[in-house]
Amino acid sequence: MNQFPNPATALPKPIPREGNSAQASAGKTGPKIQVSRLNLFYGEKQALHDVHLEIAANCITAVIGPSGCGKSTLLRTLNRMYETIRSVRLEGEILLDGENIFGLDVTSLRRRVGMVFQKPNPFPKSIFENVAYGLRINGYKNSLAESVEKSLRRAALWEEVKDQLRKSAYILSGGQQQRLCIARAIALEPEVILMDEPCSALDPASTGRIEDLMLELKERYTIVIVTHNMQQAARVSDWTAFLSQGRLIEFGATPDIFTRPKKRETEDYVTGKFG
Amino acid sequence: MNLRANWRKLINVVMLGLSGMCTLLAVSLLLFILGYLVWQGGTAINWAFFTELPKPVGEPGGGMANAIVGSAKLLLLAALIGIPVGLLGGIYLAEFGGRTWSFLLRYATDLLNGTPSIVIGLLAYGILVMPMRQFSTLAGGFALGVIMIPTALRTAEEFLQSVPRPLREAAMALGASRWKTIATVVVPAALPGIVTGMLLGLARIAGETAPLLFTAFSNRFWSPGWIQPTASLPVMIYTYAIAPYEDWHRQAWAAGLVLLALILIVNVGTRILLSRRTPWERL
Repeated sequence: MNQFPNPATALPKPIPREGNSAQASAGKTGPKIQVSRLNLFYGEKQALHDVHLEIAANCITAVIGPSGCGKSTLLRTLNRMYETIRSVRLEGEILLDGENIFGLDVTSLRRRVGMVFQKPNPFPKSIFENVAYGLRINGYKNSLAESVEKSLRRAALWEEVKDQLRKSAYILSGGQQQRLCIARAIALEPEVILMDEPCSALDPASTGRIEDLMLELKERYTIVIVTHNMQQAARVSDWTAFLSQGRLIEFGATPDIFTRPKKRETEDYVTGKFG
Repeated sequence: MNLRANWRKLINVVMLGLSGMCTLLAVSLLLFILGYLVWQGGTAINWAFFTELPKPVGEPGGGMANAIVGSAKLLLLAALIGIPVGLLGGIYLAEFGGRTWSFLLRYATDLLNGTPSIVIGLLAYGILVMPMRQFSTLAGGFALGVIMIPTALRTAEEFLQSVPRPLREAAMALGASRWKTIATVVVPAALPGIVTGMLLGLARIAGETAPLLFTAFSNRFWSPGWIQPTASLPVMIYTYAIAPYEDWHRQAWAAGLVLLALILIVNVGTRILLSRRTPWERL
């Protein structure tokens, strides 16, 4: 295997923890999410081709690839958000803790699999109501204030907003808004958090805070992040999946993908030859 | 070269002058109408106009209190019909309608919008006045409500569609159903715009006269309840303006001024409401 210079190798890399690798955990409890034989079509156009993927619990799995390769589409199958688009057809199987997600009620699935979007998208409501929203619509009435505080603390936002909970979420900066969206997602105590390029609209300082937060959050949650920023994938993720033109080209431990990719295409992408 | 440049300058000056003149013409017409109305109406208006009933012919003074209240009652009924139908129809168009159904509904509302208001008056006459054998506030309010529907529906649709998709997705990703997303996120976000649209729709029908002539008819006295004929400002203007009495003409001017002032207040008020930028634009 040829070695090549890669800026990612110079950065500190998280190593998948022992017993947490996909194979190892598969032996005990199985992966958190298992995607198999996944094909997805937008009308006539096929966007995902026969994708197989295992997502390990309490790890950060990054999905990288060039624009339009289907990484966001893949992410949106995991909480069935792709269904909100007309004329989409899907084949294949996705298991969450061994349970077929297409057999689940979509509401309860999305409560278990939360999502953070590309651009911060807080509701035009107060900071408090943003975090409480998911709880309210799912019928939780007790100790809302406690849950909101807990979520904001976990999203590392509490200290900055505790005196202005009743103010509009729009007074916050972009980075704060994105952390608010994370707090909103974790208020429902999901098991998995999907992040669709969560830092692409943020400056480097805010990006750094979100990345630190992700490393903290993976203690409790399983995180899947789509990113077109390879350094980010290398910095935060334990596992990396490389997608190109709707096909999963390579999947493995992040250090391997960035330093010892098995496929030529992966190597070209992570070294910046294309994409 | 120089000739060509001069020619272009000349054309520029001529065209600018022409468009400026046309603008001036349009604006001065409006100002003339407004000014004439204020001048004529202003001299005729007094406190009694708002508080007293019309006096019999020949007796000076009197007011149009019953017409003002009548118009308010008609608008209330119209709002009760126009706002719910407009809002729910707008929600359907913006959120649920497939291509075919949306096209049909849009086309139908456009046709309804283009239907002469007197025809809608006939409809109210046919289904309410005839069976009840009586002119009534109810029939007038119904006619106005139907006229209001297209405006209310299309503005509601427009403002609902302007709510960004990521906001809907955020709600749905938290497990909100389609209806919950609409009720708790989309409609509240679009509310300033929707309210504006509804008020503009009301302002538009406040001046409608033709459909009231044979539905609400008119009344020289107070109209109790909802199934009696009632006076209304536009019909009073019509009746008083074509009457052969000098005194009535002045009253008609006053009524015109009051009506215009009400519509103007609503219009300007809604513009102010709308000019406060919608929250997500402040990002």
